[in-house]
Amino acid sequence: MNLPDPLKSVHRYIPNAEADVQEMLGVIGIDSVDRLFDSIPNDVKLKSLLDIPGPWSEIETRRWFRALAAKNKSGADHVSFLGGGAYSHYQPACVDQLLLRAEFLTSYTPYQPEVSQGTLQAIFEYQTHQSMLTGLDVANASLYDGSTALCEAVLLAERLVKNKHRVVVARSVHPQYIETLRTYVQNLGIDIVEVGWGHDGRIDTAALREACNDEVFAVAVQSPNFLGVVEDYDAISAATGNITKIAVVAEATSLGILAPPGAHGFDICVGEGQAWGIPTSFGGPYVGFMVVRDALKRHMPGRLVGETVDVDGRRAYVLTLATREQHIRRGKATSNICTNQALFALAANIYLSLLGKEGLREVATQCLQKTAYLRKKLSAISSVVLPYSAPVYNEFVVRTSHPAKEILADLEHEKILGGIPIDTNDFLVAVTELHTKENLDHYASALSAAISRERR
Amino acid sequence: MSDAPMKPSEGLIFEHSKTGRRGYQLPTLDVPEENLDDLIPHAQRRDTIEGEVEVSEVDVIRHFTRLSKLNVSIDAGLYPLGSCTMKHNPRINEEIARTPGFALSHPMQPDHQVQGNLELLWHLEQTLREIFGMPRVTLQPVAGAHGELTGILMIHKALSKSGNARKYILIPDSAHGTNPASAAFAGYEVKELKSNSRGTLDRSTLADAVTEDVAALMITVPNTLGVFENEIKSFAEILHAKGAYLYCDGANLNSFVGIARPGDMGIDVIHSNLHKTFSTPHGGGGPGAGPVGVSEKLVPFVPTPTVEKSHDGHYYLDYNHEDSIGRMRAFHGNFGVLVRALTYMRSMGPDGLRRIAQLAVLNANYIRARLKGTYHLPYDAPSLHEVVFSDKNQTPRDVHTLDIAKRLMDYGFHPPTIYFPLIVSGALMIEPTESEPKEELDAFCEAMINIAHECNERPELVRSAPHTTPVRRLDEARAARNPILRWRR
Repeated sequence: MNLPDPLKSVHRYIPNAEADVQEMLGVIGIDSVDRLFDSIPNDVKLKSLLDIPGPWSEIETRRWFRALAAKNKSGADHVSFLGGGAYSHYQPACVDQLLLRAEFLTSYTPYQPEVSQGTLQAIFEYQTHQSMLTGLDVANASLYDGSTALCEAVLLAERLVKNKHRVVVARSVHPQYIETLRTYVQNLGIDIVEVGWGHDGRIDTAALREACNDEVFAVAVQSPNFLGVVEDYDAISAATGNITKIAVVAEATSLGILAPPGAHGFDICVGEGQAWGIPTSFGGPYVGFMVVRDALKRHMPGRLVGETVDVDGRRAYVLTLATREQHIRRGKATSNICTNQALFALAANIYLSLLGKEGLREVATQCLQKTAYLRKKLSAISSVVLPYSAPVYNEFVVRTSHPAKEILADLEHEKILGGIPIDTNDFLVAVTELHTKENLDHYASALSAAISRERR
Repeated sequence: MSDAPMKPSEGLIFEHSKTGRRGYQLPTLDVPEENLDDLIPHAQRRDTIEGEVEVSEVDVIRHFTRLSKLNVSIDAGLYPLGSCTMKHNPRINEEIARTPGFALSHPMQPDHQVQGNLELLWHLEQTLREIFGMPRVTLQPVAGAHGELTGILMIHKALSKSGNARKYILIPDSAHGTNPASAAFAGYEVKELKSNSRGTLDRSTLADAVTEDVAALMITVPNTLGVFENEIKSFAEILHAKGAYLYCDGANLNSFVGIARPGDMGIDVIHSNLHKTFSTPHGGGGPGAGPVGVSEKLVPFVPTPTVEKSHDGHYYLDYNHEDSIGRMRAFHGNFGVLVRALTYMRSMGPDGLRRIAQLAVLNANYIRARLKGTYHLPYDAPSLHEVVFSDKNQTPRDVHTLDIAKRLMDYGFHPPTIYFPLIVSGALMIEPTESEPKEELDAFCEAMINIAHECNERPELVRSAPHTTPVRRLDEARAARNPILRWRR
């Protein structure tokens, strides 16, 4: 057989070597490691090693992966104006340093509160930040990401009412969130009706009013929406009556300056916490959040941390209301989710604490002002149109008379990741506090030059 | 109540707040400032974030450092949570995931700009295909339960396509709670199957249960007792003969990686928790990743997009799968976790992956051999990577599993998983993984043996444990009865 002797092989991550193994086999009372696997039938056992590369030393590993990373064009060597649900904001240095603390990084779900108060208290603080930011009462310990958080919110809302199976979703919700929602509900008898946007980029409230009939259990809108436009929560509330209202926030720093959905008639706020300084990292890992009105807390999916006292009367934190969850309720649980995204909920907690009351507002204000500046610069370029007139936060649609993909390819030559094509001639541009005036001026001149080149 | 200090060991970050403190600095705004009202009407803005903190960087670092000290972790020692595979988390994985070319790449970039990422994902899929012995693997699911939902949705779609989605998923009574929950969210009802006296599933139990209404059996291999389902191939035959599928919960892949392959057992779907077998850090409860491997029949149904390689060596995202169940999440899954897992697979190589299983099973059986007799072993069948004891020998002294778990904390160990699987009364489910050196296992076994003596000689000491942790025996009923779920001034 073409298999190595388990007594002789050694690996840096596996401490026990030959002497230990021999001694342990003696205690167990068997003569070979192979005997440990007698319960696996021989006809399914591999007769040779897997055909995969390695083992590599750290030197080889680093070399290969760095060469791969070098094949990417990214925010590391380009100025990025990409948003669309993943934003490049500043992450203070101490956030990642704290995440790397082994006690946070290499621990698990706080099933045993006596030895997990660090994680539990951090989640309780995270829940508090979420509640303050959204103006709603109860946040859970986090969900996978913004898209799956929307799915969970829709499923929650459906549980609240009997015999209603239709959800109205703004077409200006992130298209990949809507796709994910369609996947999630495909066998659950839930019908999704989309409502488009009006000429100013906000949801078409007349169409919304019409869509919200007696069969509808919830309505979900995103603000700022996928076009970057800030929705008018009050107008939406007025158009949708007493249907459960779900606000989706895909750009979480906007909560530093925009009105919180909880104060404007919304019952559930879900979103993506990536914008709180988490690297874009090709789409994950991020952190989804969900915050609800108090009356909905027992319908929540996912983990919740609550305050209590210990046997000596000391304040302490513990996973609570677990009877909603799969490990107790199994097939009748409020969700199949088991974990949360604890490490990135911690990243959000640290970021939000550092920035605090003033900083969150200042980040949001800078995004807003810099975006306004770039919009002004771009609208001065002939043949650039900013098609949507409603207020925006830090992202907006640019339309030229040329194919968006060609314009963006031109910008790439200037080391600019210039936007996300969303239609033949339209692309999305995002601005954050990381952009300097020089970056913005360069973008405007590069776009102007690209348009002139295309015209030739 | 004792006279212990009422002051918590570390206040909440909100309680550290003092007006005027700052933990950040931004560059001065370098563009002309517009009147805010001209940008967003006042009615759509907020003037303040009520209650948010004002703290310095020093306050923040001290606060979170102090919090961290209230956790135990795998870096500090054995963390034998059964079914969770708490193994060593290599730091090269962290370094690689933070390489700027990966970390600063964006999920909406066109394929030609992210060739490095796509190549990496392609290699990871190839590697998992080889490990699973299966023709296709989706990397989109971001957790085990997310993978379960993905897998069951694929089965549903495949059956629907052939005319009848069917009604039931069969699940043994020893299964994780996520299994029935995932089946329900994919649109199925669950029928529970009883385990036999070995803790495994009998062929006849399965054969009797598989009707034309059954879509699949969802089974954990080896099961939650650590016992291999040695009739797995015949399970596949029984199911396939009736047009049903075999779903394997791969939570316990660590026990047979490189030894045997799910694809060779007739399994149609398996999810693997990369944060278990492939060493990505658990992070206090996520993020993880739960890639799903499928057999030939299910390939058309995998989530989109997939990563493909063209003849000229270009990598691209392929949305062109008309029978796909769709997208399971925005973007491309937990890419950063996938980077760490591939780093680990390359660091281990084929011999290393096999050695993981060998040493994980050796370590678990060493604990089993040392503690058998002291603790009751409810199922005597040979076990692989974990061993499940019960508190049966201790209950006559009115000492229970929870007490033993709490007492272990005084000896410096994280307790095992307790009261699971549900088929064992007072279960203590111990999974040491291959990361533990013999001396750590010995210290753990000695602690367990000492506790057993204490149960006989000083049961009150065990019943009132832990005695050395920052807090002890929390009032969980109070937390649930009157939930306090956020801080208020």
